Amino acid sequence: MARITMREAISQAMWEEMERDPNVFILGEEVGVWGGSYAVTKGFYDHFGGERVRDTPIAEAAIIGAAIGSAMTGLRPIAELMTINFAFSAMDHIVNQAAKLHYMFGGQFVLPLVIRAVGGGGRQLGATHSQTPDAIFAHFPGLKVISPGTPADAKGLLKAAIRSNDPVLFIENATMYQVRGEVPDGDYVVPIGKSTIQRPGKDVTIVTYSKGLEISMKAAEELAKDGIEAEIVDLRSLRPLDMGPVIESFKKTNRAVIVEEGWKSYGVGAEVSSRIYEQAFDYVDAPVVRVAQKEVPLPYNRTLEQSALPQPADVVAAVREVL
Amino acid sequence: MDKAKLLDLYYQMVLIRRLEERGAELYQAGKIGGFMHLYIGQEAVSTGLIAARQPQDRVITAYRDHGVAINCGIPANQVMAELMGKATGISQGRGGSMHMADVTRNFWGGHAIVGAHMPLAAGLALGDKYAGRDGVTICMFGEGATNIGYFHEALNLSKVWTLPVLWVCENNMYGMGTTVERASAVSEIQQKAEGYGMAHERVDGMDVLAIYEAAKKAIETVRSGSGPRMLEIMTYRFRGHSMGDPERYRKQEEVKKWEEHDPIGVFHAYLTGNKKATTKALEEIETRAKADVQKAVEFAEASPEPGLDTLFDHVYVEEV
Ligand SMILES: Cc1ncc(C[n+]2csc(CCOP(=O)(O)OP(=O)(O)O)c2C)c(N)n1
Repeated sequence: MARITMREAISQAMWEEMERDPNVFILGEEVGVWGGSYAVTKGFYDHFGGERVRDTPIAEAAIIGAAIGSAMTGLRPIAELMTINFAFSAMDHIVNQAAKLHYMFGGQFVLPLVIRAVGGGGRQLGATHSQTPDAIFAHFPGLKVISPGTPADAKGLLKAAIRSNDPVLFIENATMYQVRGEVPDGDYVVPIGKSTIQRPGKDVTIVTYSKGLEISMKAAEELAKDGIEAEIVDLRSLRPLDMGPVIESFKKTNRAVIVEEGWKSYGVGAEVSSRIYEQAFDYVDAPVVRVAQKEVPLPYNRTLEQSALPQPADVVAAVREVL
Repeated sequence: MDKAKLLDLYYQMVLIRRLEERGAELYQAGKIGGFMHLYIGQEAVSTGLIAARQPQDRVITAYRDHGVAINCGIPANQVMAELMGKATGISQGRGGSMHMADVTRNFWGGHAIVGAHMPLAAGLALGDKYAGRDGVTICMFGEGATNIGYFHEALNLSKVWTLPVLWVCENNMYGMGTTVERASAVSEIQQKAEGYGMAHERVDGMDVLAIYEAAKKAIETVRSGSGPRMLEIMTYRFRGHSMGDPERYRKQEEVKKWEEHDPIGVFHAYLTGNKKATTKALEEIETRAKADVQKAVEFAEASPEPGLDTLFDHVYVEEV
């Protein structure tokens, strides 16, 4: 066990997997000589060399397309998109190729591919560089979509992703790279598709993931001052989505708030609340409430941007609403 | 070019330089946020290029857009206010450094997705051609952007439809930390124009007048209806890719070598050497530019933040 940052945890997972399996390699913009534009692959180029840590041209479709092709030959690429906003430039390859090829050819093609992409707002990067479009990727059967909220999960889930024989989109949040937490040393793997309780409680269930976890934890501390104990379920995987711990918690609390950084419409909250109604209707004591980003492209101005992003106070208010 | 115009070009270049130097300080002080890409070292490119356009000619570029904004005539006040995210900024504080535009001055933006503005340029040109207007669209992009599909799709379309576009590659030899040789199959970017049957020319990007002359000729040829062309302008950025670039990918000696060809210094030497201006006159321009930057900072500091009640303005044109 060591107390390390999210950045270090992600880096450690890749480093260990590359040491373990020579078929694992990294490709992406500025992953090599620069060391990753968020310094996640710092030191990799010097240690593993340019064959396994491949700087690419600015060509997202070619990055993902070539990753898919190489994966089909048995390699295990980790394709880094500098930010998830650039995934839109590779959308055909993610959606029409990665998510479909295994199925469409009767299981002949196997794509053990990881796409790492960092997203999230709050850094004044303007509308095109601040998105949290996680939900749209989770829409497509054939893709696995995971997004950790703690350093330990980041390490364990990324290792699972690299070992998975399915294409996995691994979504990071740029404001969380410095978050510290206890991370098991060595071979620590967290299975994909398992939600988990991050904070036990009895009064209300907060369902969240990634940045939402940080926001919800802060809100829970606030609420605890008034004697309200929130139980926080971290989804970790958006697809496959594990409702087990959510439903279990909800049957106890009968109230739920869902917190995500992305837009509310057609989002993770919409999916989760619908499943709560489908699977635990008899336990509903109050309408499920969603906390999410306001429906606006994020502006540059800091005050405006913060006002559009979900804050702990919004979660506190939502909890008071359902109680 | 007459003297007054020469001095105006000098003023524009110095204004961009001083404005960005102040911008860098304000960024360090936390008054500017987000990503900010400085144009320092490349000022001659947009200055020469835009001086050669007619008012009906459109300009569109990537995120390294402060210089283009100034050259298109946006007052320093509004550029600085945008950098500080104020309501008086040219994009009302919504866009920041990477997203300036002024439709009234035929400047169609600052775009932050690499290469994405190139198909837009084809569309702007289509609009003019369709309506029978004689405007030319000037589209600027880095050499790194010529490796993404958007570039190739846009060039091909512009040729197939004989669109009035002047494609202008600013080859500063690095896309972030990747040299042109490591990223592009051909490091002479103008060769890519060959594949689309387009005329092309390489120009010294440290010589504002050479750029002006080449651009003037190219723009008027495009205007005559002969279809798109390309200029590859050889330049260098003196600062990091954006603020906070550790610059591990290049040696400081290389930067120093290029700084000897500082486009402002080159132009200064030309102006004084050819008796177009006295050293004193150029010093006065320097003083004026500094004062204008100071005024711009004061204007921006004193400007209000956009009101919280304006958050949803401009999401749609119509009420929803
Ligand atoms: C589609 C896309 N991919 C990646 C990025 C990140 N990025 C921003 S600027 C840049 C380098 C661009 O280099 P170049 O086109 O040569 O322009 P320069 O920065 O040198 O002016 C990269 C990779 C982006 N903004 N958009």
